[in-house]
Amino acid sequence: MSTPEPRGLPAGYARPAPGTDAPLISPAYRSTAARAPSRPLVALTPGLNELTGPLFGMDRVRPGDADLSRGPSGDALGQRIVVAGRVLDADGRPIPDALIEIWQANASGRYHHERDNWPAPLDPNFSGGGRTVTDEEGHYRFLTIKPGAYPWANHVNAWRPAHIHVSLFGRSFSQRLVTQMYFPDDPLFFQDPILGAIPDPAARRRLVSAYDHALTEAQWALGFRWDIVLRGPLAVPFEPLSEQDHHG
Amino acid sequence: MAEFDTSPIMTSGAAFGVTPSQTVGPFLHLALADPADAWVVPVGTVSGFWLRGTVTDGNADPVTDALVETWQASANDAEVSASVVGFGRCPTDAAGCWAIHTVKPPPTSAADGRRAAPHLAVSIFARGLLDRLVTRIYFADEEEANAVDPVLGELPDPTRGQTLLATPTKDGYHFSLRLQGEAETVFFAL
Repeated sequence: MSTPEPRGLPAGYARPAPGTDAPLISPAYRSTAARAPSRPLVALTPGLNELTGPLFGMDRVRPGDADLSRGPSGDALGQRIVVAGRVLDADGRPIPDALIEIWQANASGRYHHERDNWPAPLDPNFSGGGRTVTDEEGHYRFLTIKPGAYPWANHVNAWRPAHIHVSLFGRSFSQRLVTQMYFPDDPLFFQDPILGAIPDPAARRRLVSAYDHALTEAQWALGFRWDIVLRGPLAVPFEPLSEQDHHG
Repeated sequence: MAEFDTSPIMTSGAAFGVTPSQTVGPFLHLALADPADAWVVPVGTVSGFWLRGTVTDGNADPVTDALVETWQASANDAEVSASVVGFGRCPTDAAGCWAIHTVKPPPTSAADGRRAAPHLAVSIFARGLLDRLVTRIYFADEEEANAVDPVLGELPDPTRGQTLLATPTKDGYHFSLRLQGEAETVFFAL
């Protein structure tokens, strides 16, 4: 649903394969009805702003931010889990120093959020937000608790499969990704219009983590592996920013 | 043991397929809503101004759970501290309003070597958006630069270019994001 390809796309600039991302108008997910644009997206030749992006590094991350499993008065309730993997570009190259921000419901399926009125118990030791930065080989690791499923009003007897929301900044604006990670073999997948909106089943599976016994820590936490692939790589055909600044 | 294979998906044939987008949902504030992110440039910056806006849906109702992110590659302004990274982020409030404090970016080079008029790259995330929406914010008082901007000049429907212009206000600029409907903002496929 976009206009023809513009001329002058930079070398190496690649869009995700068709079927990777959901159509913005997906009637089974009711909230798209009044929010998805009704006109075709306009194909854009990316410029300097789209081919560069904020590089945050560790300045936005404090010690302990990758551990969601502990609160002010003790351990969070629920199944303790490790979620770890790598952030790569579409050529399989690791993306270092990528900021990853996550948020999730607690073990009962309740978000620590004023607008979540699902009457499952809140956990005073679980706020549900965390962040980290990938290391030089693209690795990240969170310690958290397994989120619960929760009901919502989209359709009759609608339940969201357990998921963790994930936000990533790669190396450029065009690589920005906000998505959700799911858990293997969730029986609720079949009726979820958000995961189900992704046309390509193989792409859908890429949002499902894998149980990984090598990540499981004895006497402590179950391990789930999930690798994240951002579009790209990007060949930036512009002079470095520092020169741009001086030459105006 | 093959039927119990738990090897990660990445090593089993789907190698390097891009991870799909999913909606940010209504609870993004748990991780993505630091008030400090509205300050692209600090208070007191000489050329700083407020870029304020709204997000409305196809019924013209305010979208109260959206997140607006802006990126400008360089500030090119001697008054602006070297610590400026050019990133801004603000969730919409109960009236569908957002604001960032920033400076006008310089013209930049477009992909084909032409000059792009001053603009910000913008992402909009919200419940009901399965992928982010991407647009650009240009400035209505940059008529000369806008007139030769390659993106503004090659829109399939040039009259819709108006939706990409922030208009001057007493403390900066205003920009309306209309997700759907008659005056729908131009959104881009990156």
